[in-house]
Amino acid sequence: MTEIPESLLRRSAEAKAKALGLPVEQVLAEMKGEAPPIPPPSDEPQPEPPRSDDVAAMEEAAETSEEIEEAVESVEEEPAPAEEVPAGPAAETPEIEPEQEAEVPAAPPTEAPLIESSEEAVSSPVAGDGAEGDGGGQAEPAAEPAAAAVATAVEDKPSSAGDGSSAGNGAGNGKVAALVSPRPTVPPKGTPEGVRTQRLLTVVKARAIQTVKAEPTDKVNTWPHLMLMEFGALLAITGLLVIMSVVIHSPLLDPANFNATPNPSKAPWYFLGLQELLSYFDPQIAGVTVPTITGIIGFMMVPYVDKNPSTRPSDRKFAIALYSVFLAGAATLTIFGVLFRGLGFNFSYPWKDGVYFDDLKDWVHFE
Amino acid sequence: MANGNGKTGLRDRIKETNDKLWGSQFAESILRPGSPFKKGYSDSPRNRSYVVMNNVLYHLHPVKVKRHGVKLSYTLCLGGLSFFLFILLTITGIFLMFYYTPSAETAYADIEALSTNVAFGSLVRNMHRWGAHLMVLSVFLHMSRVFYHGAYKPPREFNWVVGVILLFLTLLLSFSGYLLPWDQLALWAVTVGTNMAGFVPVVGNQVKFALLAGVEVSASTLLRFYVLHVLALPFILVIFLAVHFWRVRKDGGISGPL
Ligand code: HEM
Repeated sequence: MTEIPESLLRRSAEAKAKALGLPVEQVLAEMKGEAPPIPPPSDEPQPEPPRSDDVAAMEEAAETSEEIEEAVESVEEEPAPAEEVPAGPAAETPEIEPEQEAEVPAAPPTEAPLIESSEEAVSSPVAGDGAEGDGGGQAEPAAEPAAAAVATAVEDKPSSAGDGSSAGNGAGNGKVAALVSPRPTVPPKGTPEGVRTQRLLTVVKARAIQTVKAEPTDKVNTWPHLMLMEFGALLAITGLLVIMSVVIHSPLLDPANFNATPNPSKAPWYFLGLQELLSYFDPQIAGVTVPTITGIIGFMMVPYVDKNPSTRPSDRKFAIALYSVFLAGAATLTIFGVLFRGLGFNFSYPWKDGVYFDDLKDWVHFE
Repeated sequence: MANGNGKTGLRDRIKETNDKLWGSQFAESILRPGSPFKKGYSDSPRNRSYVVMNNVLYHLHPVKVKRHGVKLSYTLCLGGLSFFLFILLTITGIFLMFYYTPSAETAYADIEALSTNVAFGSLVRNMHRWGAHLMVLSVFLHMSRVFYHGAYKPPREFNWVVGVILLFLTLLLSFSGYLLPWDQLALWAVTVGTNMAGFVPVVGNQVKFALLAGVEVSASTLLRFYVLHVLALPFILVIFLAVHFWRVRKDGGISGPL
């Protein structure tokens, strides 16, 4: 109790005071331990240690089985007297709403923040508030008034969950939302002894409150396995580029001259396939259908057109064939444009008429 | 600490200094717990996780990755290579910017001077140019790798779309850089290229006009391409790259195994 800030205590006290019809100051004093405990009215539900079975069962279900779609959380009938208690001094304060709800058995699900420490499957969900001592480390003191318990739980969680202290194991420390359902020991009036009236409060989809990654996958540490590979790749590409740059000199032709159109005029090589197409077809067709439609829009649509869910090459022969045709076509057109187009962009043999490809004009160049 | 004759040997001094340096508050403050460069690092599964988790690197990589994804034969590292090339291009590009003025009067002379008068100027220019060609190639091959693996299938559809945008931006970057030397090759290749853009229906001529800042290549085109090349397009590309990498992780890491 020592750690709870004054403001929180006050809110709890206000809620409790409202429910019990007592002055706030008195309840507050009691909560602080400055006054003797108030004897609970006989018809007032007495908070009991929350059941852990619901919570635990939900976690277990969600953890082990993906099939379980929903967990049904049922709580006891709200005791009638709660409605009748006279409104306390703080009754108008709107922000006491949550605590007030917590006082009656139907507690709102308190969602713990999802802390993701790795992409790992969540292996050990920390128990929600009130699940007594099952590893969560945040079992609430059972004798606490429920309002205070919930309020502190809500405030406590981010700090205890967010410190990342358990992160070192590489597994996630994702949290499950848990439902707090303090249950009155005394059955509500008007119900025969031993009969519990149950009411469906809400249906919670297991998936909505936690993600469960199904199959464990074979994983390795990013460091060193992936990062050493990347480092190697970085060195290799840098080395290749430096060697290339020492050996091959960049072209620098005559200064730009608007009056001297070179023959042939070629686009950069990655557009040469297009230029090649343009030389066969009417520009309106080649410049329209082929590049814009297939090129940009068409490529973006690939995942939405290809509905085949399999990634096995044997299952997607058509897609592979189609792409291979595209690749081969693009490569052929580009190579053709680079090597086999001479003066006037007419067909020419590179070995006979020379190569008209100025990008590699200074092919080998030692300084 | 002391050798036989009671004096402190050189080796001991070096070790001492080294320990002091790496154990200093400053060094400690740079390296977060788990860094393999930290004094007293030991190889353990916990520390291996910390290497990633406790570093800025965690923005890029998860602690663990699928075993098959690490094999060179799966991704051929093509996406990674595209990214490395982009970084190399940024570095060499910044170097070039120190020596280049985007004006029709000076651009050509600047490039000429860069290749002859500036230390490593020629090398850096070559690296920038060939790096750009390699990047176009590696992005294209990366796309092909992704296609052949069917790695664009759910949940990765959108990352493919982002990828197509990246390819388009890469081509535009390369193309806009092509004009900057302001030689005959640059002028006429860009003329041919933008003429092709003009054939696009409906918007073609507007696109061409916007690109060229006029109806044909001119001095204003040079400035326009320059700003696009050194600022606008890289900026947009980086944003899409961030989304791309983020999605690779959020879509469950690398796809597969097949
Ligand atoms: C600037 C260009 C690009 C860069 C730097 C880049 C970078 C990357 C990187 C580093 C990866 C991780 C896996 C790997 O290395 O293969 C990746 C994955 C991916 N990329 Fe790219 N990429 C680029 C362009 C593209 C393009 C053009 C496409 C497709 C049109 C694409 C689609 C994808 C997809 C779908 C994945 C997920 C693949 C998987 O999970 O196996 N990317 N990209």
